[in-house]
Amino acid sequence: MIGLQHYLVVSAILFVMGVLGIFINRKNIIIILMAIELILLSVNINLVAFSVFLGDMVGQVFSMFVLTVAAGEAAIGLAILVIYFRGRGTIAVDDVNRMKG
Amino acid sequence: MIQLIVLLPLLAAIIAGLGNKALGKLPAKIITTGALFAICAMSWSIFIPFVMGNGEAYVAPLFTWIQSGSFDAQWALRVDTMTAVMLVVITSVSSLVHLYSWGYMDEEPDQPRFFAYLSLFTFAMLMLVTANNLLQMFFGWEGVGLASYLLIGFWFRKPSANAAAIKAFVVNRVGDLGFMMGIFGTYLVFNTISIPEILEMAPSMAGSTIGFLGARFDTMTVLCLLLFIGAMGKSAQLGLHTWLPDAMEGPTPVSALIHAATMVTAGVFMVCRLSPMFETSETALTVVTYVGTATCLFAATVGTVQTDIKRVIAYSTCSQLGYMFFAAGVGAYGAAMFHLFTHAFFKALLFLGAGSVIHAMHHEQDMRYYGGLRKSIPITFWTMTLGTLAITGVGLPLVGIGFAGFYSKDGILEAAYAAGGAGNGAFLVGVFAALLTSFYSWRLVFLTFFGKPRWAASEHIQHALHDAHGHGHDDHHDDHAHDDKHHAPATGTGGYHPHESPWVMLVPLIVLSIGAVFAGLVFHDQFIGSEGGIAFWQGSLAFDSHLMHAAHEVPKWVKFSPFTVMLTGLAIAWLAYIKNTDWPQRFVAQFGVLYTFLLNKWYFDELYNLLFVKPAFAIGRFFWKFGDVGFIDRFGPNGLAALVVQGNKVTRRLQSGYLYTYALVMLIGLAAAATWAMTR
Repeated sequence: MIGLQHYLVVSAILFVMGVLGIFINRKNIIIILMAIELILLSVNINLVAFSVFLGDMVGQVFSMFVLTVAAGEAAIGLAILVIYFRGRGTIAVDDVNRMKG
Repeated sequence: MIQLIVLLPLLAAIIAGLGNKALGKLPAKIITTGALFAICAMSWSIFIPFVMGNGEAYVAPLFTWIQSGSFDAQWALRVDTMTAVMLVVITSVSSLVHLYSWGYMDEEPDQPRFFAYLSLFTFAMLMLVTANNLLQMFFGWEGVGLASYLLIGFWFRKPSANAAAIKAFVVNRVGDLGFMMGIFGTYLVFNTISIPEILEMAPSMAGSTIGFLGARFDTMTVLCLLLFIGAMGKSAQLGLHTWLPDAMEGPTPVSALIHAATMVTAGVFMVCRLSPMFETSETALTVVTYVGTATCLFAATVGTVQTDIKRVIAYSTCSQLGYMFFAAGVGAYGAAMFHLFTHAFFKALLFLGAGSVIHAMHHEQDMRYYGGLRKSIPITFWTMTLGTLAITGVGLPLVGIGFAGFYSKDGILEAAYAAGGAGNGAFLVGVFAALLTSFYSWRLVFLTFFGKPRWAASEHIQHALHDAHGHGHDDHHDDHAHDDKHHAPATGTGGYHPHESPWVMLVPLIVLSIGAVFAGLVFHDQFIGSEGGIAFWQGSLAFDSHLMHAAHEVPKWVKFSPFTVMLTGLAIAWLAYIKNTDWPQRFVAQFGVLYTFLLNKWYFDELYNLLFVKPAFAIGRFFWKFGDVGFIDRFGPNGLAALVVQGNKVTRRLQSGYLYTYALVMLIGLAAAATWAMTR
């Protein structure tokens, strides 16, 4: 029987993968964007699982909102990336350190 | 009119001082000198009615200065006999010095500043003598101190002038502290600083005591001594006198105006102005007498061995101030003011004459390089001789006719003898000092004007001969000319021809010599006559008619003693500096220790260096090294700055600029916030 904790474990694994994807990844900013999507999805799984478990539809509604926001965020992120690539000619993470004071 | 007298010099000073270069030399000179001569005429028109006996004392209020609770300080100008006397002295000498400076400072590029300072000084001095309360007097007191500082340091490129200016300022601060404490104490005791009110109440306070540091002192003695410390500082009395000889670094007209005729007599003026107060304390008067006597002797002894012409006159001034103080100390305030009055004329004359000599000798001030000048500069010679006759007190004791100093100095000595007590000692010392006065004054004249010229050895003269052009006014060129001395002959003119000063310098000399000759003869009955004095002073100082009467009735030998010592001094000076010119060397060989002692001015400067200056430096160094650098700077500004730098080094590592670092920090922060929210 697949219970709540299985969903939560999958969600946690996805979340940790997403986080590590952000930190360990030194190659490509697109991968960071994907990692962020992963984190959001893991949260969505959490929301939906709890929603079913508790019989409350609000959690699923929230996951819809999260998906929408994530789509918008991905669109803006990619747009920034394109602009950035035009300007700098690279999107390698190790080269993106212009924020250094 | 009195408002005009006091404020015109200020106006002139402001115009000349702020106008400065834009105004130009000539307009600045005309404005200041014109203002001074105008107020001089007005001052005489105030003074003459007082001499005639129909002068009216009054107070001209200007406006309120400070009004706080029971404390009330008004700007007001007080005119009475004492003020009138001081007005005449100040404005006469000041206007003549202004005129004299036209010639003396002619080469000076910075003349508007000089004349502005002179007028500013005159304003402050007038403020001092017209003060109706102690605070206004203190304002004038500080004002003249400031002007004195500015003028001593007028040649500010000369380190020695700066040092002398600072010394004068600092030594005067010591006296001013006493004066301030005196004012505070007076307010504490009398609840007012108005001079007439204080003098009215003073007799009722006699004998009361005041608690201080757990002991009880006589109130009036404490107040009078505190005020007297202020007078000592300003009037260069023994202990606080060290600044006066150094003040000779200033231009000579300044020495004549400030450090001979007017400012240094402010202390005498203050004691006389507050004489009803001093009369209430026997102890304070005794102290005044002793200090005056000691100064009189000290300065006269030092004056005998100095070689710088201005320093001789400076010590002479110091000594004469001692006379004035012990006259005040024995209760003969009229005599003190009289000597102040006559002294202003003949001492200003001597200083301006010395300036004329210095001018003629191309800024050589050492009398050893003078000699035989009487034919080259005859008018200076004759006026200075009149001044010397006046200061040494030449006159006929029985007939009662003589030069200015004859009346005033003999008046002081007779009053001291008549007063008895501390006055007896003062009389004896005063007579001895009169011997020394006569000696050093004639020594100055003989060394300068008689004998053979000894100019050739002077580096200033050498310089004038070798490089007649482009000589700076105040440069002394001490570095290179000394070598010439060994090759040049010790005597002779060296081919130099001294020139008599221009008329703008000679006219003041002539006018002042008229004062030096006649000031005593004309005014002695008003100032020190036992009946004339009462009518003249009108209670503006504590005039003791009985004492002055007794002073006129002293034994004949007392009357003759100043005359005798004056002749003795003249004889010794003539023998030593004209007849047997080897006597000074033999004296030095015989009494080398005494000579060195006197030459080093009783080692006062060295003593003060040891007692005050060195410890002050040590304390300053300690606070600098340990207190300031070691503690405040280390933990204060520098410590905080170092902390910030160190902290930045740490935080800078976090600011890598890489996205994932920020994301990690965000995550850690989020986790921490979540943990905190859950475990709360």
